[in-house]
Amino acid sequence: MIERDEVLHVARLARLALSDEEIEPMARELSAVLDHVAKIGELSLDDVAPTLHVVEVTGALRPDEPRPSLPREVAFEQAPEVGDEGFLVPSPQA
Amino acid sequence: MLDLSASAAIAEIEAGDLSAAELFAFYRRRAAEHGGDVEGGGLNCLTWVAEGVADASDGPLAGVPLAVKDLFCTKGVPSQSGSHILQGYRPPYTATAVKRLETAGATLLAKANQDEFAMGSSNENSAFGPALNPWDRGRVPGGSSGGSAAAVAAGLAPWALGTDTGGSIRQPAAMCGIVGLKPTYGAISRYGMIAFASSLDQAGPLTRDVTDAALLLKHMIGRDRCDATSLQFPQEIERPRAERLDGVRLGVPAELQNPGADFAGAEVEPSVRAAFDRALALAQELGASVQEVHLPHAAHALSAYYILSSSEASSNLARFDGVRYGVRATDSTGLLDMYTRTRHDGFGAEVKRRIMLGTYALSSGYYDAYYGRAQRVRTKIAEDFRTAFADVDLIVTPTSANVAFALGEKTADPWSMYLSDFFTVPMSLAGIPAISIPCGLSESSDAVGPHGGGLPVGLQIAGPAFSENRLLDAAHALEQAIGFPEGRARV
Amino acid sequence: MSEGTAGAGPVSADASAAASDSGAALEPVIGLEIHVQLATATKMFCGCELSFGQPPNTRTCPVCLGLPGSLPVANERAVHFGLMIGLALGSQLAPRSIFHRKNYFYPDLPKGYQISQYDEPLCLGGRLGEVRIHRVHLEEDAAKLIHVGESGRIHGSDTSVVDFNRGGTPLAEIVTEPDLRSPEQASEWLRLLRATLRQLGVSDVNMEEGSLRCDANISLRPAGSEELGVKTELKNMNSFRFIERGIRAEIERQREIIESGDTVVQETLHFDPTTRSAGGGAGAITSLRSKEQAHDYRYFPEPDLLPVAIDEAMRQAAREAMSELPAQRAERYRRELKLSADSAQLLAFRSELGDYFEAAHAAHADPSPPAQALANWISGDLAARLGDGEDPAASRVQAPALAALVGLVAAKRVSVGAGRQVLDKLVAEGGEDPAAIVEAQGLASLGGEDELGAIVAAALAANADAAERVRAGNEKAIGPIVGAVMRETKGRADGTEVTRLVHEQLGI
Ligand SMILES: [Mg+2]
Ligand SMILES: [Zn+2]
Repeated sequence: MIERDEVLHVARLARLALSDEEIEPMARELSAVLDHVAKIGELSLDDVAPTLHVVEVTGALRPDEPRPSLPREVAFEQAPEVGDEGFLVPSPQA
Repeated sequence: MLDLSASAAIAEIEAGDLSAAELFAFYRRRAAEHGGDVEGGGLNCLTWVAEGVADASDGPLAGVPLAVKDLFCTKGVPSQSGSHILQGYRPPYTATAVKRLETAGATLLAKANQDEFAMGSSNENSAFGPALNPWDRGRVPGGSSGGSAAAVAAGLAPWALGTDTGGSIRQPAAMCGIVGLKPTYGAISRYGMIAFASSLDQAGPLTRDVTDAALLLKHMIGRDRCDATSLQFPQEIERPRAERLDGVRLGVPAELQNPGADFAGAEVEPSVRAAFDRALALAQELGASVQEVHLPHAAHALSAYYILSSSEASSNLARFDGVRYGVRATDSTGLLDMYTRTRHDGFGAEVKRRIMLGTYALSSGYYDAYYGRAQRVRTKIAEDFRTAFADVDLIVTPTSANVAFALGEKTADPWSMYLSDFFTVPMSLAGIPAISIPCGLSESSDAVGPHGGGLPVGLQIAGPAFSENRLLDAAHALEQAIGFPEGRARV
Repeated sequence: MSEGTAGAGPVSADASAAASDSGAALEPVIGLEIHVQLATATKMFCGCELSFGQPPNTRTCPVCLGLPGSLPVANERAVHFGLMIGLALGSQLAPRSIFHRKNYFYPDLPKGYQISQYDEPLCLGGRLGEVRIHRVHLEEDAAKLIHVGESGRIHGSDTSVVDFNRGGTPLAEIVTEPDLRSPEQASEWLRLLRATLRQLGVSDVNMEEGSLRCDANISLRPAGSEELGVKTELKNMNSFRFIERGIRAEIERQREIIESGDTVVQETLHFDPTTRSAGGGAGAITSLRSKEQAHDYRYFPEPDLLPVAIDEAMRQAAREAMSELPAQRAERYRRELKLSADSAQLLAFRSELGDYFEAAHAAHADPSPPAQALANWISGDLAARLGDGEDPAASRVQAPALAALVGLVAAKRVSVGAGRQVLDKLVAEGGEDPAAIVEAQGLASLGGEDELGAIVAAALAANADAAERVRAGNEKAIGPIVGAVMRETKGRADGTEVTRLVHEQLGI
C-alpha cells in the first residue's frame, strides 16, 4: 500500500494538486495497479537488455539548415497570459 | 451513397458518377446531425464538424471526407485530445499523417471524440463525455479512438484516423464492427499527434473494409524529417486482393487463450470464443493451417505496458503547465500554485492516475524495479514474437475478450478496464502490425444489441514488422468469407 | 546541473571534521562544469535559427515552444561539434550515444523536461593540460526568464516574462575531474579551454554573452588527504574575474565553517559579484536551496530520439575539421622554432599573440629576427605597451614592422634601448619602416668600432677612479663609465659592446 506521504511527494513531483478527499482514493487505486504490475518482479530477466527502441533504425539526424520560425503573434495566440514581448508567468522568486 | 465504401466512392467520383462536393455535403449533414452530443440525439462521437463545402480536391483520394481523432493537430481547427486542459486549443500546424492524406486528396470532415490523451478503453474518459456505440447506445464504443470507430460504424464518416498505443484502434474497431489497423511502429510519422506514450503511439485507419484500410495506410506511411522515429517503409502498400489463404500458417497463442489466475477478467467470453472459433474454421476452409504457438511473456505484457506508457505519459504531459497554451488556473498565489491547480483542474481522473503512476515508477529508487524491468520484459516479448514467426506467418487472437460493455460498467475498477487491452498490448510492445476485422456477432443472451443477432466480435491478426501487405491480404480473404453485416449500425 | 562526479566522489562526512581536529592545512579541491553554446546555424532539435539579440519570442516553432504533438530531431552539426570537442580533449568518442529526458518543471523549460545525456554521453574521459576531463555531453539550453516584479498583469503575484529565443540552443556540457587546486589555476585553465574551443570554431566562447558559462564544484580537505570533502556547487560566474573571486570567496567560507568545527552542507550556491560578503569582501554567496530544491529528475531514455550511432565517417569528418589546437601549437613552437617552453605556451594559449607572432615570423624581414627574440618582444615589450588582453593585430604596430625592428636589434644595428624608442613610436603612430624611424631620429648604433672606441676612451679618462676600481676587479664600478658613453651617444651604443670595449681598453 502506498502511504499518504508518498502520494503527496509524487503529486508534488508531478505538479498536481490533490485535495484532501482525493489523496486516499489515489493511494488505494495506485496501490491496486501496482499490485498487479509488480508481477513482472517475479520474472528472471538478469541477462536481458532493456528495449531502447523497438524497431532498429539509424540515420535520424537533421541537417543544420534553418527553417522559418513562427511569427510572434502566432506563438502568442494560444497563451493564457502574454505581455508585449513574452509569455507571462507568476514569478518563481515570489 | 451511404452504402459506398471510401474506395467505391473514389471509383464513382473518378468515373464521373458522383461529385466529391456532393459526397462531402452528404457526410457533413450526417455528421452534424448525428455526431453531436447525446442531449441532441447524437452519438457524441464528433467534437467538431467542418462548415460549408470543401474545396474541390485532386489526388488519388478524390476529395473523400475524413474524420480525424481529436489528438491530431489540425491547423486552426480545435485539437484538444479529449482534455479540458486544452479547451479551445487551435494548433498552428497540421500533423504529418493528416497533411499527407490531405495532399493525397482527402478532405477534413470532422474531429472525433476520444478518451482524454488516449488513456482509456471505453471513450468514457473524455472531457466531451462518452461517445456511444451505434450498435447499442447503452454501451461504449471502446477506446481510446471510440469516436472515430463509432462515426465510421454509424456511417457519419466514410473513414477515420485513429491512434493506437495499446489497442486504441483495434479494440474500438472490434466493438463497433469495423476494420482497424495498427501499423508497424514508425511506419507513420507521429509529428503532430498529441503524445500519450511516445514509444508505443501509432496512427492508423479505422474503415469499413480492409481495402479502405490499405488505401489510407498507403498514403500515410513513410519517413518524415519531423519525426526521428519514422521509417522508410520497405514496400508500397498494395490493394489487397487475396480470396484464399492457401499455405498461410496461422498461430494461436496458448498463453493469451488461457491467461491464468493472475489475469482473472481476461478470460474470453463464450460468445466471443464461438465467433473466434468460427473464424478459425473459415480460415482453414480457405486453405490456412492453424497451430498453437507460445508467447511465454505475453501474459506479462499488460503490466509492462502500464508501467512504460504511464511513465512516458507522465513526462509527455508535463508540457501542460498553463504557460504557452491551454487553460490556466486563475488567481494563483504563485508559480507552484499556478502549476498544481492548472494541472489539477485541467486533467481528468484517469489521466491524473497515470501521471501519478508514471511519476512514481520513474522516481528515485523505483526506476530499476519498474521502468527498467518493464523495458526488459518488452525485449522478451519482442523475442517471443520473433520466435513464433519462425513457425507461423501470422498470429490470430480475439481482439478483445468481450464485446462492447455497458457504459459505467468498468469505470469503478481501473484494472478491469485495463484488461480490455489484454490481447492487443503485446503487439504494441513488440512494435508489430496488427489488424482487427469484424468476425461475426455474439450470440449470448446478455450481449444482444437492439438490432438482434448480437454485438460485433473482432478478430485480431498480427504479423512481423513491415508485413502489412501480407496482413491486409489475409484480412481481405477472411473478410470476404465472413461476410459481416457491416451496415447494421448505421443511423 | 551535475550529472558527473566532478567536485566530489562519495561524499566523506569525516574529511572536514578530521581537518578541524588535526589543524592540518586545508587544500581546496575544485572541479568545473562548463556549458558551451555551440555555433550551429539552428537549434539543437528544431530548425529555428539561433538568436543573437533578435526581438523576444521571434525564434520559436512548435518544437522549441513544446507545443502538443511536436517532436525533436537532433542537429547533425551539433553532434559533429561535440565530437570535435571530444577529440580536442582527448576523450573517448562513444560508439553509440543516447539522449535522456531530465524531468523538472520551470517556466524556461517548455516541455517540462530538458533533453540531455545521462549514462551514455557523446565523449568520455580525456585531459586538457593538467586537468582530466570526466565527460562531454550534448543538451539543449533553457529559455530566458526575466523577473519584472509586480506588473499588475497576473493577479496577486509578481510576474516573470519568458523569452523562448534561447530555448533549445545546442550546448556541450564539459565536466572536469576535481583536479584544480586554486582559484587562479581554475581561471587559467578555463582560459586554455576557451582558447581551445575558439580554435575549434565550435563556439563564440563569450562569457559575458553567456555562450561560455562555468559552474564550480568546491570542497576542502586536509592537505595530503586522498578523500574528498563535502562539495558545494557555485553557479553564476560569468567572467574570469568572477570565477577567481567566487571560488576564493567560497573557499574562505568553507574554511571558516570547518575551522569553527562545523560541517559544510552540500548545496547549490549563487555568487553575486555586485554585493559584499559578510566578511566585507566583494561578492556575496547565497544559497539557492529552498523547499523547491528536492530534485528528482526521473531520467529515462528519450523515446522520441534514436540512439546516435557514431560511425567511422562521423569520426573522420570531426578529425578533418580540426585545426591546430593550442597544446599542439605550443609543441610546434618548441620543436620547430626552438622557442623556450614558457614562450611557446604563452603564445599558443593566448592565440591572438600566437597569430601575431606567426605573421611577424612569416614577414621575412631582413635582417631576419631569431624566433625567440621575436617571441620575447611580442610577449614582453609589445604586450606591455598595448595593455592587458589587447590583440596586437588590432594595434598600429604592423607585424612586418615589428619583425624588421627586432631584426635590426638582433643584428646590433640598433641597441635594445633605441629599439624600445622605435617601438614607442610604432605604437603611437604606426609606420611600415622602423629603419626609417631609426634614421630620422638618429638612433642607429654607432657604426665603427673606432668611433665608439674613442668615446669609451674619453669616458675612461673622465672617470679615472671608476676605471681603476674596475681594473681592480669591481665589476659594479663599470656603471658610471657605461652611463657616460650612453649619454654621449644618446643611447645608440650597444651596452654589451661598450662593456667589451671598456674591458679591452683596461686590458682585462
Ligand atoms: Mg547541463
Ligand atoms: Zn524552434
